Amino acid sequence: MVAQLVRLKLTLLANTFRRSVWQTIGLVVGSLYGLGVLGLVVSAAVVGGTADPVVTGRVLTIVGALVVLAWWVVPVFAFGVDATLDPRRFVTFAIPRRTLLAGLALAGLVSIPAAVTTLGALGVAFAWWRQPVALVAALLGGVLATALCVVGSRAATTALAPLLDSRRYREVLAVVAVVPLLLVGPAIGWVADGVSVTVDGAGADALGAAIEPLARAVGWTPLGAPWALASAVAEGAWGLLLARLAICVATLALAWWVWDRALARELVTPRGGGAAAAAKGLGWFGRLPATPTGAVAARAATYWLRDPRYAASIAMVPLLPLVLLVVGTANGAGGVLLLGMAPLAAWLLGFGISNDVGYDNTAFALHVATGTPGRVDRWGRVLPVLAGGLPLVVAFALVGCGAAGRWDALPAMLGLTLGTLGTSLGISSAVSARLVYPVPKPGESPFKSPQGAAMATLVAQMAAMGITLAVSVPTLALALAAIFLPNAALGWAALGVGLVTGVLVLLLGVRWGARTYDRRLPELLQQVMAFG
Amino acid sequence: MSDQTGPPSAAPAPVPPPDLGAALSLRGLWKRFGQKIAVAGVDLDVPAGSFFGLVGPNGAGKTTSLSMATGLLRPDFGTVHVHGTDLWGRPEEAKAALGVLPDGVRLFDRLTGAQLLTYAGLLRGLDRDTVAERSEDLLRAMDLVADRDTFVVDYSAGMTKKIGLASAMIHAPRVLVLDEPFEAVDPVSAANIRDILHGYVDDGGTVVVSSHVMDLVQRMCSHVAVIAGGHVLAAGTVAEVRGEQSLEDRFVDLVGGRRESEGLAWLRSSSASS
Repeated sequence: MVAQLVRLKLTLLANTFRRSVWQTIGLVVGSLYGLGVLGLVVSAAVVGGTADPVVTGRVLTIVGALVVLAWWVVPVFAFGVDATLDPRRFVTFAIPRRTLLAGLALAGLVSIPAAVTTLGALGVAFAWWRQPVALVAALLGGVLATALCVVGSRAATTALAPLLDSRRYREVLAVVAVVPLLLVGPAIGWVADGVSVTVDGAGADALGAAIEPLARAVGWTPLGAPWALASAVAEGAWGLLLARLAICVATLALAWWVWDRALARELVTPRGGGAAAAAKGLGWFGRLPATPTGAVAARAATYWLRDPRYAASIAMVPLLPLVLLVVGTANGAGGVLLLGMAPLAAWLLGFGISNDVGYDNTAFALHVATGTPGRVDRWGRVLPVLAGGLPLVVAFALVGCGAAGRWDALPAMLGLTLGTLGTSLGISSAVSARLVYPVPKPGESPFKSPQGAAMATLVAQMAAMGITLAVSVPTLALALAAIFLPNAALGWAALGVGLVTGVLVLLLGVRWGARTYDRRLPELLQQVMAFG
Repeated sequence: MSDQTGPPSAAPAPVPPPDLGAALSLRGLWKRFGQKIAVAGVDLDVPAGSFFGLVGPNGAGKTTSLSMATGLLRPDFGTVHVHGTDLWGRPEEAKAALGVLPDGVRLFDRLTGAQLLTYAGLLRGLDRDTVAERSEDLLRAMDLVADRDTFVVDYSAGMTKKIGLASAMIHAPRVLVLDEPFEAVDPVSAANIRDILHGYVDDGGTVVVSSHVMDLVQRMCSHVAVIAGGHVLAAGTVAEVRGEQSLEDRFVDLVGGRRESEGLAWLRSSSASS
């Protein structure tokens, strides 16, 4: 039975390769990229281990702990991302629980992330190639770490399954998860900056000293213990080695036990949704004009606030200043970067509707069956973003100028921001009537990237971004010149050009989109139907 | 795309002109998906004021035909007329006369039941008061009053079907096309819905339902068409089609594919052995 589960997982994996040529190419390219990164990491570890095993050991402990943490936490947020071996699918088969558990654990190793983790964990062990005993300890640590990753992540998702079953909780979690994701990049940059400053100052010894307490502390946690086994051997601290080994084994046993308990409960608990949610009255439908366009606008506004896939992109907007501030402080540019938040927010908002039909999924059939004209559909989707976004981006522009102390740049900023809002909305309206690509279906995690989407998504998004950028070049050039020269007259010119471009592109984009929509209405529906 | 001249070489007998008086008149509908021909020359007239059942085995082309008849799927060849209006030539006008419940599509399920009905009504161009009044009536008729403020995503399968049906009816269309309307609907609600539909037909409306529950179609419908393999095998009043047999037996005769159940002999002994 264990072997059958592993074989099932292998078959599923092989089938994803066979689904389509593009997908195969994408997977091959992705695998090559992954292998490249893996090779870099391993060789860096080996080179570092050769030069200074002590510091390398500390770095490996910290990085390794982050990897284990990611394995445990990410699946909880990105629920349902790998549901191929959802235990509930085995409920109707009479498989003994112990067998099922062992099978699921082994099958959990058969996936691309698991393969990368295994190879990486074993590969970096060769940082200790000069000390054979430490190498053995490191290899053992690698195996333990991989096991901890797989079992820990399964234990976490299975134990939290009742919570994740509740739609509302899941959706809140998904939106909240945007925050750490958005901050990961800047945070890494910030840490790297701090480290490089330290290294510049006093060399690798200083780095080693700087992270020593952190590495020591992490080595005592279940996350870092497997990675710190080799260090303990290298130091000849056998007591420490035993203690860390004990931590690993105990954690593994605990995770296994939790998973076993949770699985036992899951197998006898039918999947039921949480409490049903309700809203009073008609909401936006009662407030906006009772016309078809007003109805589409009310529906779109409701979705922007209610659907986590839209709400996640709204949640990003207020975080923009924070991200820019962190980046600006890190690379020394300071507050000037804050000027960027208004046009960025404008672009994000406009881009938000660039695959609106894809987001509707087959619910779009209502628009087709009712024969809703393109003009109505397109304007209905644009208007709520325009009405909500306009005051927001203007406020961002004011705050940005104030924070950067550049009130003189206000006309240029307003021109660029409003121009970007109009342009991106217009282009999105046109593109979304032509290019539809698969997105997470209604009710799925906003982070789940649907199978086979990569290429189509890339093409559509690149097209939308490329055209938006190309159209914005005059405004952008004028605005940048006005801000950095600085030149007041150019600023007013940027305002004028930006406004004209924005309005013009919006009108033309919506009109072209509406015409395309009218011509391709049933084909649009068939496209989203094909996403399943 | 919408070539009106009919299939090129494989055309069978010349296609008669569409019946402009019929509620729904399909002529020479063809649709191919890749290698598979889903619908191969469907001609069908749904008389105005009839309660029309469309029956056929799984994969017979029922949903594909109905999708083409309601403007959801563009046919490769063929025409559709709704009360004399060419659907693919003048879609906005023809669609106004149609109420559609497609099978296997989502609803805008982040809306509450009442909001979804309002949305459908407003998209159809009704004014606010009419929408409010009809939503109330429909919610009551579908027994969804208590769930009016619940999001459709939290509805059960049967409730979802009912709210979809209600949104198809809100603009009082002349023709209702319902794909599998009774699937997952409880018997009490199904009986209520049947009453509503019968009343609607009595007042001059036309209903087309697809189903594979023969018994239901025999009891409920005035007319029936049997469709299999992308062709219409028989069409007419229920009495004409079934003759002396029950509709189910006639259907099996027409479609074929009944097997003797000897093949699963081991299943009968399953209680005796392990």
